[in-house]
Amino acid sequence: MPRFKVTIFDELSSHRIITYVIYFCAIVFFFGLILIPPIFGIGLKWYLVGEMIENAELMSRAVNAILASFAIAIFVSIIDLVAGIPTAWFVARGKGRWLNIIDTLADLPFVVPTVALGYSLLLFWSEPQGVSSLFGSSLISPGWLLVILLHFVFSFPVIVRVMVGALFDYQRTFEEAARTLGASPFTVDRTVTFPILRPSLVGAFVLAFARSVSETGATIMVAGSFENGAIFVKNMKDMGQQGPLVFVSLVLILISCVIFGAILILGSRLRVPIRHVWPSIERRLSSKSVTITRDTLTMLVFFLLIIVPSLFVAFPAFTAVMDGTIGKAVSSSGIWQDYWSSLGLSYFVGGLATLLSIVAGLPMAIMIGRKRIGKSLSAILDILINIPIIVPSTALGASLGIFWTNFAFVPEIMLLILAHLSITYSYFVRSMAAAIERTDIELENAARIHGAKPFTVFRTIILPLTKYSLLAGAIMVLTRSVSETGATLAVVSQLRTVPVLLVDWVKGTAVQATSSDVGLGCGILVVLSFTVLLFLKLGVGRKSVY
Amino acid sequence: MPEIQLKNVTKRFGKKIVAVDDVSLEVYDREYFSLIGPSGCGKTTLLRTVAGLVKPDRGEIYIDGVLVNDVPPEDRGIGFVFQTYALFPHMNVFDNVTYGPRVKAWEEKRAARLGRETLEMVKLYKRFDAYPNELSGGMMQRVAVARALAAGSKILLLDEPLGALDAKIRNELRYEIRRLVKDLELTAIHVTHDQAEAMAISDRIAVMKKGRILQVGTPYELYMEPQQIFVANFIGESNFLEGRVVGLKDDVVVVRLRGDLKVEAKKSEASQENERVVLAIRPEAFEISKGRRKLVNELKGVVEKVRFEGTDIRYEIRIVNDDSITVVRPSLGGDWFKENEKVTVSFLPEKSHTFLYPPQGLMAELELE
Repeated sequence: MPRFKVTIFDELSSHRIITYVIYFCAIVFFFGLILIPPIFGIGLKWYLVGEMIENAELMSRAVNAILASFAIAIFVSIIDLVAGIPTAWFVARGKGRWLNIIDTLADLPFVVPTVALGYSLLLFWSEPQGVSSLFGSSLISPGWLLVILLHFVFSFPVIVRVMVGALFDYQRTFEEAARTLGASPFTVDRTVTFPILRPSLVGAFVLAFARSVSETGATIMVAGSFENGAIFVKNMKDMGQQGPLVFVSLVLILISCVIFGAILILGSRLRVPIRHVWPSIERRLSSKSVTITRDTLTMLVFFLLIIVPSLFVAFPAFTAVMDGTIGKAVSSSGIWQDYWSSLGLSYFVGGLATLLSIVAGLPMAIMIGRKRIGKSLSAILDILINIPIIVPSTALGASLGIFWTNFAFVPEIMLLILAHLSITYSYFVRSMAAAIERTDIELENAARIHGAKPFTVFRTIILPLTKYSLLAGAIMVLTRSVSETGATLAVVSQLRTVPVLLVDWVKGTAVQATSSDVGLGCGILVVLSFTVLLFLKLGVGRKSVY
Repeated sequence: MPEIQLKNVTKRFGKKIVAVDDVSLEVYDREYFSLIGPSGCGKTTLLRTVAGLVKPDRGEIYIDGVLVNDVPPEDRGIGFVFQTYALFPHMNVFDNVTYGPRVKAWEEKRAARLGRETLEMVKLYKRFDAYPNELSGGMMQRVAVARALAAGSKILLLDEPLGALDAKIRNELRYEIRRLVKDLELTAIHVTHDQAEAMAISDRIAVMKKGRILQVGTPYELYMEPQQIFVANFIGESNFLEGRVVGLKDDVVVVRLRGDLKVEAKKSEASQENERVVLAIRPEAFEISKGRRKLVNELKGVVEKVRFEGTDIRYEIRIVNDDSITVVRPSLGGDWFKENEKVTVSFLPEKSHTFLYPPQGLMAELELE
């Protein structure tokens, strides 16, 4: 940065009023664009709910869809915890370089866009090319069971990622102290490690839950005739029925907020029974044979239920190379013309949402991370920032669309960017606020005492120390935006991002695409996403990802 | 009898770092034993191998005559006090202290009684329902000690237990811990880098450097009869004067220092004619006077610096051969000397130690890391 600019920024940053103006703008941005339109916009059409209540059949369908959404989210989050914790343990506590491979593989469903993941699972479990070929018929037909499997797969890395980070941060002295006091490893984990890691467990559960409730694109691919809240909203939008759409969106938003509040309150009060110990049983559970069995089962579940089905999309992608589909794709002929423009649109929207998230999110992250506007207000902001993550993206998109079209004509591209921004902004702020909070405030104080102005402190101390989190946050935001389907479907009618296009291809609603087309389309998306992950791993390093 | 024996214990970290290098050691029943040495010398690693928290690459560890190399920490019957206290943050003081009895499924009443008794011992029973974050550093360390004691083990391992406390509390707590160990007839191994702390409370001390034990002895033996230059410097403080043996008498050797100064020093195995030697003389072993008093080993010099340290006064004196020596005298009683004042310092031969000049040089020998 040129010297004179630094001086101007330094001069400006030393005026308290300027800092407060920036914070004020960040708050206005958050409430005006991120929180109110996507969450409360739906309230503007509350009167349409009346139509819905009168239609008993539709009402029953809507209630079932909502119940299905939450039931699947809760069930999947629980089994994700059961499967994800041993995997995280295995990665964080094991020894050997090959654990790095497991660690990277665990990210796979996180990085593969969910539509590609959905198509991969559909092929693996339901189509003749997959595991079904061994049985002669479709092993798992599209429907609720496949939706559960899909949600299990894409929520799994959230649990692993959060828990591996928590285990790396955790002071193992607590475990050592418990061991020297006579506790077996199982007793130590049950009475010391898990209770201390409880906030991370609750956090991981919330994220997995939110991801399951929000996911739309891949769910549509594997759902068959099964309907959850997100699919119901999408179907109602396609049918032009605003009443049911408003009703389900409103209920999804309300219940999500209530569940989030309940987890926040109960999560901190929940006490795991730790007073009673059964030494002989717990010793047996700590034995080498039990540990080996646990690790083997963990790896079996990891590879057979998560990795292999997630990578299965590679087969049609390879077929596409052989059967000439790749030629059609390269020459942009037929349906591929739409594909490339959708891909361009996805990355344009993703890039812009990422940029806006960084610019508008940094002051917010500083406010929360450094509690700049007082402890209570910062804590409130910290809670509010989670709401766009918790709220199902389909409902969020529907609400946002209603809000803006109610006030003024907003071009579809703007709606699309605003919808993506609403979702991605919170992910970025959360990640950066945590990184800033972890940076010792004394470093800032030391720089100030040595004469640095606030902007220089930010540029020379905060930014270098949090740059990895910033980069990781930005890449997470970009990936999330490129994968996003639910909110996109809710706000657009003409524009099509690449996940929406792939859903159309699979469902065969608009065009007839072959499995090679879909496979290659997903494959290109996966390769692009992996390039982003590679960039993250090389540029950021393993530690900073957490 | 909780006697601890280590035979040729070695622990490496990676290929280059030898944290513990072929250490053999015996700690007797009901002994308060300290391991001291500079940071990174391997004392904590050695303690953790005794606890079972680190597995040695080679060697054997016996507790009560039983080989425990493959025995997990929970079955070694030891109590461990960590430098960072390691109090479980989600449990109150009472639950922390009774954790050991509870995980061993002792009867609830017995566990509660033990918890109460040990908390009374450390004078913290009134704070039984407080959480660790509500306690001061000193209180947390008391709770950590109580927790280790309540587990009923006869061996107490303490890893720099007072390192994070301020000086006043550290001084109080060190005597309190020793009192508890002696009252309860425990065997204790205490790791510290603070030689004053080790000297004050230990029955015996092992001095470690670079993974090896240099000398084991009582505090008196280590102070009065250091076997190595490093020990003479690490336990207490010493002036080191380089010279060569030029004569041998009954109990003393005559050493020629730089500038052709001749002094008499205590005889040792290094006392061979013409041998290059290092004399170690403690600052408090020097007498200091204004004029000549016709004593042995009189060295003339000039006071360069005077430092008042409360109980003592520390003088930096440049002697005639240009060597600098430190002299410490009690501040109460005796004469005081000013900077630039000409003085005569002297020492008795029996208060000196003669060592062979180390092959790697004196500075390298004295290096802490």
